[in-house]
Amino acid sequence: MAKVTGIGIYKLLPRTNCGDCNFPTCMAFAMQVAAKKSALDQCPHVSAEAQSALGDAQAPPMQTVKIGVGEAEYAIGGETVLFRHEEKFYHPTGIAIRISNALPDSEIDARLEAIGKLHFLRVGEEIGVNFVAVDCEKFDAACYASAVKRVSTGTDLPIILACSDPAILAPALETVADRRPLIGPAIEANWEAMAELAGKHHVPLVVRANTLDGLCALSENLKEKGVEDLVLDPAGADLVDTITKLTELRRLALEKVFRPLGHPTLVHATSDTPDEEAATAAAVICRYAGIVIMDSTEPSHLLPLLTIRQNIYTDPQVPNAIEAKLYEIGAPGPDAPVLLTTNFALTYFTVAGEVENSRVPSYISVVDTEGLGVLNAYADDKLSAEKVIKAVQEQGVMDKVKHNRLIIPGLVAVMRMEIQEDSGWEVIVGPEDAAGIPHFLKTEWNSN
Amino acid sequence: MTAEIPDVKKTWPHSINTVTIGATATEGGTRTSTITVGGETTLPFYHFEGTMPNKPVLAMEVWDVPAEDWPEPVKKPFADVMSDPGTWAKRCVEEHGAELICLRLKGCDPNGADRTPQEAAEAAKKVLDAVGVPLIIWGCGNVDKDNEVFPVVGDAVSGENCLLGTISEDNYKTLTALGTAYKHKLIAASPVDINLAKQVNILAMDVGFPPENILIYPSTGALGYGIEYVYTIMERLRIAGLKGDKVVAMPMLCDIGIEAWGVKEAKAPESEVPGWGDVNERGPMWEAATAYVYLLAGADILIMRHPDAVRITKNTIARLMGGGA
Repeated sequence: MAKVTGIGIYKLLPRTNCGDCNFPTCMAFAMQVAAKKSALDQCPHVSAEAQSALGDAQAPPMQTVKIGVGEAEYAIGGETVLFRHEEKFYHPTGIAIRISNALPDSEIDARLEAIGKLHFLRVGEEIGVNFVAVDCEKFDAACYASAVKRVSTGTDLPIILACSDPAILAPALETVADRRPLIGPAIEANWEAMAELAGKHHVPLVVRANTLDGLCALSENLKEKGVEDLVLDPAGADLVDTITKLTELRRLALEKVFRPLGHPTLVHATSDTPDEEAATAAAVICRYAGIVIMDSTEPSHLLPLLTIRQNIYTDPQVPNAIEAKLYEIGAPGPDAPVLLTTNFALTYFTVAGEVENSRVPSYISVVDTEGLGVLNAYADDKLSAEKVIKAVQEQGVMDKVKHNRLIIPGLVAVMRMEIQEDSGWEVIVGPEDAAGIPHFLKTEWNSN
Repeated sequence: MTAEIPDVKKTWPHSINTVTIGATATEGGTRTSTITVGGETTLPFYHFEGTMPNKPVLAMEVWDVPAEDWPEPVKKPFADVMSDPGTWAKRCVEEHGAELICLRLKGCDPNGADRTPQEAAEAAKKVLDAVGVPLIIWGCGNVDKDNEVFPVVGDAVSGENCLLGTISEDNYKTLTALGTAYKHKLIAASPVDINLAKQVNILAMDVGFPPENILIYPSTGALGYGIEYVYTIMERLRIAGLKGDKVVAMPMLCDIGIEAWGVKEAKAPESEVPGWGDVNERGPMWEAATAYVYLLAGADILIMRHPDAVRITKNTIARLMGGGA
């Protein structure tokens, strides 16, 4: 099951260099397939033998599982690396909030309302929770079906039906199967009935066992029954055990291409106190969890966790850039300072945050540096006096204020004279570190 | 027929250096306890394949002047002791379980109170007199002033085996010299860059400062503000160290409190950010969550501020080390 090389794929191709795959040669195409940038079926002449020989190796090492339908669909898994610097993490950990069927209707409604509020706008991106998990704590089919119905009408989020009794699960699943919920867990005692339910309704299934051997055996059994969409719950005994198993599962999938365990994972953080639950969730978001189930609906817990996920799943290869334009902080008037910075998102948001801290309404003129920070942009000539003048002129900020002073980052103090002479503006050197902005605006700017 | 599960445990050819901070009476100091960090033979908390002989530790931050600009939720627990670094440090250790004290010499900043090197040394002595834990001393950040202050402070705390910081690519000669003369450990700072992290260590080693006496400070970003860049640099530094690159095989330090409490998410009252929750809970949680991410990236020492953040982070460290649930 080792990784197939370009040469290996080339040997299985017709080797006619016909170009029907839109690549000039069979070798070029083979390289693209090996790099998983093209699919083998892009070659119209590939033989059935080649297809089946490569089929297994071509399948991604970790399955992508889709839960929910339409706009609500949420994909987990499909990861390709152990460390984000090797490429990136693709499918952010889904955060699920648990609702027990043992709760009275009024409390179910209250939790649904709280869940509906767990969406936040951070650095221009909407982040929020992703699933509602209906947990079967009261083993009564009518009670469970009623809770599932209540939740399904009360949220548009994809649903997890967390119920290990197939007889209780079946009627509830009937009513929401068209929303493609995640169901389970399948365990040693119930896996055949669970396989039937998952197969009948074409829904993904959680597999739970507290050893990797147990997970492996269940996974193989379920696949034999035709159930392919699996999510692994390694049932960690404590935080160390959980992190250990998540890491072993990730390595088995990616480094060993071990198919029985090549699936995304699910972690219950719920059994802890709220602080411990948050800590567990934080740790497993960093360590490969596909889904984490939580109890807390406190924004003070969820906002940091959603932000951890947003940060860890940021593509490290793409410079994080914002639109280069004029930004207003507060309600800047004709006397407001004009600060210059780059369009590297982090630089901008740091500067904007400090300007907000200063409580001095300001304009921030953002130059397009192709997502580079101040020093890198200057070194790469993406931030030059010419570019600065052009951007500031095009943004028309000097027409909005009744002064002609421009504050440039302290790190590029060296640009001051050139900008000043070529533009006629008075150029002021700001602090080197954004943290110095509040002090700078409150003292040096005001004394000007 | 169940497939046999392949072994995925990794072993690394090298381990991370251990660094001890503080000196007891028998070691020529006055500390009642010392702290040893580092020594990892694998990635953070992978006890299943290697060892982590020393748990990550928490230092709490104390200033030589009252920290007027700290946001209200984190100023409140210390408001009555901020006028005296000794009393402040005592509260951190005795009531909140600080394992080290980080004295930040903010008062020496020429743009602030511009206190003298002698005053800084006094503040350091007060902390040493008040508590028995080891001491980190962090300069005001103005390079020229720090180079004036540290020789005096380093002398005054001679023999205490303190951790002094920071040295950087442009400024390492004064601190490496006095670190050697007065037997202190040093924090080597670099701006989220693996090569610059190496560079500053190489420069220090070139002037004879032993690598075993250095901690890496790869810069710290708050959660939500660039933490992922530092996270990845730390993962890469740790992997390089375990693979045998001796220039980066040092324990790592993160300056959590100052960053976490600088961002809107931690300090804005709910009236300004409706729906984000009570700032008195959100702030400490933001600081703790920032700490968690750095722990998973390989942090050995975390400098923190809020008692609640310290309490829950200590509990999380205990769990990550295999205690509790």
